[in-house]
Amino acid sequence: MKPLSKNINIGMGNKILQNAQYKLKEERMNMADDADRRRKFWAFSVVGIMLIISLWYYRVNPIYMYIIAYAWFGFAYGILLQWGRFCFASAWRDLFAIGVTRMFVGIMVAMGVFSVIMAVLAANQLSTFHPGPLGIHELVGGLIFGLGMVLAGGCASGTLYKTGEGNGTSMLALLAISFSQAIFVDAQGWFDKLLRGYIFPQPKFTLAEKFFGKGLSLGEYFIANSIINTIIPTLIFLSLAYWFVARKGIVRRIIEKKAATLPADGGDVKLGLKDELYGFWQMITASKRTTLAGILIGIIAGIHVMAMQSLRDKFGIENFGQALVKLGFVEEVSRRGTVFDPGYWYITTQEAQVGAWVLEKFGWNMKDNIYFGVMNGIPEPWHNPALLMSIGIILGAAAIALLNKEFKFKAPTKELAVWGILGGTLMGLGARIALGCNIGAFYIRVAGGDPGGWLFFLGMGGGALASVKFLNWWTERQLKEEDFDIDIEIE
Amino acid sequence: MKVKKLEDGVYQLDVKGYVCPHPQLYTMKTLQKLKSGDVLEVLFDNPSSEESITALCDKEGHEIIEKRSDGGTFVYRIKKA
Repeated sequence: MKPLSKNINIGMGNKILQNAQYKLKEERMNMADDADRRRKFWAFSVVGIMLIISLWYYRVNPIYMYIIAYAWFGFAYGILLQWGRFCFASAWRDLFAIGVTRMFVGIMVAMGVFSVIMAVLAANQLSTFHPGPLGIHELVGGLIFGLGMVLAGGCASGTLYKTGEGNGTSMLALLAISFSQAIFVDAQGWFDKLLRGYIFPQPKFTLAEKFFGKGLSLGEYFIANSIINTIIPTLIFLSLAYWFVARKGIVRRIIEKKAATLPADGGDVKLGLKDELYGFWQMITASKRTTLAGILIGIIAGIHVMAMQSLRDKFGIENFGQALVKLGFVEEVSRRGTVFDPGYWYITTQEAQVGAWVLEKFGWNMKDNIYFGVMNGIPEPWHNPALLMSIGIILGAAAIALLNKEFKFKAPTKELAVWGILGGTLMGLGARIALGCNIGAFYIRVAGGDPGGWLFFLGMGGGALASVKFLNWWTERQLKEEDFDIDIEIE
Repeated sequence: MKVKKLEDGVYQLDVKGYVCPHPQLYTMKTLQKLKSGDVLEVLFDNPSSEESITALCDKEGHEIIEKRSDGGTFVYRIKKA
């Protein structure tokens, strides 16, 4: 009887153990389901809050629909940037650091698409775009911005979408961008001297205006601004990226494929133009998500420009400052009666305005300079058109990250906090010198037909290369400090 | 950042908490130090590094044998070419 009872006991023991394991598994699944539900709840709450605030703004005054439109376009950018992992910093950086062309391709595609839409809008007087001063300041600003964006782990727009993902380093970078700009444009009148003495006298033009004058046809806008200023340089940059970076890996795969079809003594595999074109196409389509995000961002940016011009026509304003003056908020606008209201996708000036708004609360006079006092004003944040767009980007990115289970609050380590603050400060300084960031000084400008945007892009590349070299050295040093394994040789 | 040996030929790189470009940079550098056929398990929580690490492996011919993600943390197991 004894062995039998022992068997029964063991059997019962196993059953209890199995039940406990089953319950634990079930509990874990329930917890995962709960977490999923919470994430979905928060994602839809973000959308709900945006909707309620929009309706509330409309109820206060229908003209606020103008700034609410910015918020919703921001929301769309935020979704696409986060979903496409669309960061301009990674375009140059991943090219230099790890030899990956994914994002370089993404921004070129986004710009090509956007430039075609911009030509159509310009020909139909639906464009809000104005070219900026063309000069060496764009190259210098781009260089400083490029140094910063690689250190901070994201460009100006990337910093916003990563903030929406819960990234603490990006939040610090965002604060640094805001305050470094505000302090820089106000300190000692340096920036006023730069604006008056060098930047403002520089020529401003789009290629279409340069070649054909004013009152142009769609064909003229398309040929000059889209084909010559955007698509041809884009193809040149993509060809260089293919030849010097992507080709090696792609050709290796083509050769492997061809070699497999050759007889054993079939000789060498030869590559022709057809193979190179196929390889180029492979590079373009390597990351479908990035390329698709690029196309969609180009389309949304185009619709955004059209929507803002249509709203200006509807409300009979050229700048939202006019509406604020009519509503009695005279203190918030610049001496020209304007606020920063680009009419298209933009990132950094509204962040500078937040910095200035905070500093004014601490007693600084932030309006005794050209940048805030004459050009952009310092509206209350809830009246700031472009700022609502930036908040929209953060919320859009947060909503999609929550839905895709990618939201996670990540407090910065000391090391990353240093890179974030230093990188954000450099981005802020670079953006002011160049009168814009990777969006306002590059993406929008190039696609709008302003050749100066390419100077910023080249500057960004130079700065990114220098920062990549530094981070290469730094990460190598960190790896050496690691207790790596005896089997692995550390160079 | 931590690198440790899980078993013979299997290593783990933990770059949770890092932002771009650190996860992809450490992945590339650690893979360079491994032998062909070794497996590297990369733990990261920066979503943007996902596409970059995939593109890096695609370019270098490394095989991503497993991709998992949970609550914002990604686990990629990469077999070195």
